[in-house]
Formats: sequence, structure tokens, C-alpha cells
Amino acid sequence: MATRTETFSPAQRTEALEDILTERGLVDPKVLAGLIKNFEENVGPMNGARVVAHAWVDPDFRARLLADGTAASAELGYKGAQGECIVALENTPTVHNVVVCTLCSCYPWPLLGLPPSWYKDPAYRARAVREPRKVLAEFGLQLGDGVEIRVWDSTAEVRYLVLPQRPAGTEGLSEEELAALVTRDAMVGIATVATPGS
Amino acid sequence: MDGIHDLGGMQGFGAVEPPEPGEPPFHEPWEGRIFAMGALCQTRLTGANLDAFRHAIDRTPPEEYLALPYFNRWLRMAETLLTETGVLSPGAIDARVRRRLGESVEEPPVPEPNRPDYKATGPGSLRQVDDPPKFAPGNRVRTVDVHSAGHTRLPRYARRRQGRVTHVRPAMVLPDTNAHFVAENPQHVYTVSFDSSELWGPEAEPCTISLDLYESYLEAV
Repeated sequence: MATRTETFSPAQRTEALEDILTERGLVDPKVLAGLIKNFEENVGPMNGARVVAHAWVDPDFRARLLADGTAASAELGYKGAQGECIVALENTPTVHNVVVCTLCSCYPWPLLGLPPSWYKDPAYRARAVREPRKVLAEFGLQLGDGVEIRVWDSTAEVRYLVLPQRPAGTEGLSEEELAALVTRDAMVGIATVATPGS
Repeated sequence: MDGIHDLGGMQGFGAVEPPEPGEPPFHEPWEGRIFAMGALCQTRLTGANLDAFRHAIDRTPPEEYLALPYFNRWLRMAETLLTETGVLSPGAIDARVRRRLGESVEEPPVPEPNRPDYKATGPGSLRQVDDPPKFAPGNRVRTVDVHSAGHTRLPRYARRRQGRVTHVRPAMVLPDTNAHFVAENPQHVYTVSFDSSELWGPEAEPCTISLDLYESYLEAV
């Protein structure tokens, strides 16, 4: 194998690239800042959490979400790049869904933002399709032997959202309070949503 | 391309990385900058497309792919697409780094533009296809055996394997040809469910693994 020595850090090389492209008028640093800010502030797992909480309190919306995830997400304003075809996967007491992208790190941006490190990590991408029960246990999720595991590898432009089970003891919570319980990890399927205070 | 990116089923990586609660999209400023520039590289700066972008990431040198931070792949992708489309000359980025460090380095000249003569027929990746889907939910199918040097979204671990169609998805642009500016070649896409024993042998953990596969990746059984 021809070895390559990385002389400069990615940070140094990125700054140099921006320098060249800005000097030539090909990028506008303000446009870059706007793109970054959008993902830091507006696009993230709080969006998916609102979709999940809405599905928990509104059975009609839940049915629409499971029938056509793209249209149901758009009802709440969530659509766009990496969300052209959204499919919601319903977790039940006997079925647990977990999502991976073995080839890169495809992820439902409009609902969950950019993927976290563990999702992009080779260990997760390599192992989730081969030994998901062991992988979930490493993340702290022990599933009973009676629970069927379904793994979804995002190899085309379908983007998956796991609809976690609503935890017990949350009957009195508002939709907003429910959304605050829903984590990014639960919407990819490496965790469940815990009862508050448990 | 049977590259380092095709990780499904590989062994030896050890434990998964523990989640970081509330992890932000970018950990360091350069990650956000290369994300934003990379997004612009996909079409506006280079005339490329999402599939060409993924194929450029796939071509990250394997040792870098595994050893350097995730967003280094975006940097490599940007450099590859910008160089191939004649926006940057090879070596331009490193020369600029050296200049910024105070070295007197001659920077390579701006090359002749080499944008692909290729236009998307619509936004995004979804398209209408007039032909009816070849397969329906419940059909048994076998994946084809491909060993192309180019882009594909049929992972190694799922080639020549039998599964069952569970869903017909919207038709999509075929990455294998779109990545190389040959044709959009839109096709029906099917979710195909494989039993873990079909992929990993009789001792496999019991589970199903579903992949979204383009029509030309599948044959009737």
C-alpha cells in the first residue's frame, strides 16, 4: 500500500481551501456561516422529537406518519435535503427497529439534523447489520429474547425515523413535555425512551 | 467500488463509540466550514451531484478514512470534486497552507474548467418512472453480483443473496450511472428483507436486515 503522510491538519487545509475559494469569489463566507448556523440552531433531533410526540398524542397523525412519513413530517414543516422519502418504523413490545448506513452515514437531516459520531463510526456501521443485539447491549439497551430485531440499512434515498414506544407513566404529560423526553438515540433505535425519573 | 467505505459486516473494529449526550453537529470550527463548502461543491461549485459526491467520499484513501476525523472525508471529497472539475489544480490546497505559514511557495495556476456536461432532469433524487415495478411485496429476489470500479449502492455483504421484497419505494436516480455523469437512469427502488442467516451463515444472531435496492440490483428467484 502506498502510504500517504498527512502533512497538514484537516483544519489547516480547510482554512486554506476557504481562502482560495473566497479570494476567487466562488464562496461567500457569510453564506457558509448561514449554512452552519442553520444546522446548529434549526435542524436537529428536536424536530424529530416533535414528530414522535405528536404521533404519541394524536392517533390520526400516527396513522398518517406510518403510512407516509414524508407527508406527515411536512405537515409539521420538516422536509428538504436528505428527507425526500421519509419512512417511520414503529417499535412495539415485540419488534425493535434500528437504523444504520453501512456505506456512508445517510440520516434523515430534516428530522434529526446531522448524524452523531457513533453513527458515523466504522464500528457501528460494520457491526449493526451483523450483530445488532450485541451492539445494542453495548449501548446499554438489553432487549428480551422475545423481541425481534429489524435492522434497516439506508442504501438508497429512503430515510428512516424510528417511532419509539411511549413510556409508561406519561399519560399526564403535554405534547411539549413528551417531546423533551425523546432522544436522538431513541429515534435511530439504539435506545428506548425512559419514563421520567426512572 | 469495493472500497473502505463499504463497511457492513467487517470485523475487528472493537466496541461502538458511546453516544455523547447533546452532541453538536460540529466539534471544531473547521468541521462546519468544510461541511458548508462541501454542500456547495455538490452542485454549484463543480456541477457534480449527490452520487458523485458520495463516490468522491468513497475514494478517500483507506488509511485516512479510518484514522482522521469524519469531516476529513468531506475535505477529501471537496478536493477531489474541485480538482476533477477544473476549479482547483492538484496541490493547490497544500500550497496555500504553506503560503499561509509564511513559506514562499509558488501556487499552481487555476486550471481550465472541466465541469461535467450533464444536467439533472429535476430536483433531488426522486423521479417518475413510466414502466410498472418489476417486483411486488412478497416476491423472492436475488441480488446481482457486481464488481464495478465505479459507484454502487449494493454493498458487498448483500451481493448474490436471496431476500424478500417488503415495500416498493418511489423511483430514484440510479447512483451507479448518475455518479459518473452517464445517465440518471431512474429505477424503482425496493426494500428487501434478508434473514441474517442468509447473510452471515447459520450461526448468525437471529434478525432481519433490510436494504433499499434499485431494480437493476435484483433478479427474480
